[in-house]
Amino acid sequence: MLKKRIIPCLDIRDGRVVKGVQFQSLRDAGDPVELARHYQEQGADELVILDVSATNEGRLAMLETIEQVRQVLQIPLTVGGGVREQADAGRLLNAGADKVSINSAAVQTPDLVSQMSARFGAQCTVVAVDAKSNPDGGTWRVVTRSGTRDETLRVCDWVAQVEERGAGEILLTSFDRDGTRSGYDLKLMKAVTTATRLPVIASGGADSVQHMLEAFSHGAHAVLAASIFHDGNFTVTQVKQELANQGVEVRSC
Amino acid sequence: MQPYVVHIIETGVANIRSLQATFSRLGCNWKMTSDPATVADAEFLVLPGVGTFSAAMESLVAKSLSDPIVERIANDKPTLAICLGLQLLCESSEESDGVQGLGILPNRIKRFSQQVQVPQLGWNRVVPRSPSMEAGDAYFANSFRLADEPLGWNYSKTDYDGEFYSAFWKSNVLACQFHPELSGDWGQRLIANWLEKKLC
Repeated sequence: MLKKRIIPCLDIRDGRVVKGVQFQSLRDAGDPVELARHYQEQGADELVILDVSATNEGRLAMLETIEQVRQVLQIPLTVGGGVREQADAGRLLNAGADKVSINSAAVQTPDLVSQMSARFGAQCTVVAVDAKSNPDGGTWRVVTRSGTRDETLRVCDWVAQVEERGAGEILLTSFDRDGTRSGYDLKLMKAVTTATRLPVIASGGADSVQHMLEAFSHGAHAVLAASIFHDGNFTVTQVKQELANQGVEVRSC
Repeated sequence: MQPYVVHIIETGVANIRSLQATFSRLGCNWKMTSDPATVADAEFLVLPGVGTFSAAMESLVAKSLSDPIVERIANDKPTLAICLGLQLLCESSEESDGVQGLGILPNRIKRFSQQVQVPQLGWNRVVPRSPSMEAGDAYFANSFRLADEPLGWNYSKTDYDGEFYSAFWKSNVLACQFHPELSGDWGQRLIANWLEKKLC
């Protein structure tokens, strides 16, 4: 049986860690290498790094950051943000990422998912899906470009399509909950894990171990969190200990 | 640890940085190689594997590397095969019908069934049946696995779609279905033990 994974997330701009609330109002929260080492020592099962740079200089700085983080990291590293084509993914993998996450570009060019999977393998190909709830409250649409653009795609159709195209994992962010600390969107989680057999990482809204427990009981394979860890409210160690106490199988380390 | 020199077979696939970083952290010098003589004689050799069984075998055959690998393993030279690398040591795989593996083990690699999510992606328990390896949690990313016992080898088992053989080793040769280079402190200790020839 696979263990449930706890994944801290670092948003990086121009080589520095920032934190997003509703994907805007970013604030500096430290050096990526130190933070990566810190979370690894606490027992993080994986690390996700998202590049939120807006410039080419920022993107180049990102490659250096990945190289530096890789030197200290002995757990899987997923990198996303700004991947437009297969060559971008190749550069990130070559810098030291183990998996590459694609978002807007996949929606624009779904064949990119197939290409990446064929070239690098399903285990490398993560599709990040940002979901916003529809007024009916029971369906979700895909949003891209940090939530600024509404797509006509339905979330459940989209995850089924990327599974078909060879994605290995879904990073599911509730745009409604991101940065609100009101818990993961559990209805969304249930709907998506019903629509696909791929592992789903829950993201957006975590403020407590209870929220993570709920995500797992609604089908999540992993939970991603930023603020809860960056602010020092909980260490990864504490979270895993508490989850283990509640009967969730987590990695021992 | 001594500054060992470790040669990693060049497979042409990009994401082996984590493996290189592990050897650097352990104080080793690592070098990439696709030279048959180096593969035959290297003190430490790593056969990483990402991609398909057929593509990897084609590449090894095209570079004349299959015989040197078979030979060095027969001579117990320190060799580490990772992920697909483990599968390549076997006779064949359901992934690529009709393709001959390195054949060091007569076993055939089989796909996980429809009962489980494929690929297996994440952390799972490795339970060794020999005291020379420590039990621990390892990071896996695989759709195929060794389901039948590797006769004559020490092995570990892991539970996914029933039990499968997640590693096997003997003398200085270690094959892991999981990625020790991504498996935290436990994985790094395993690689260090392989380098120090403490597995047996």
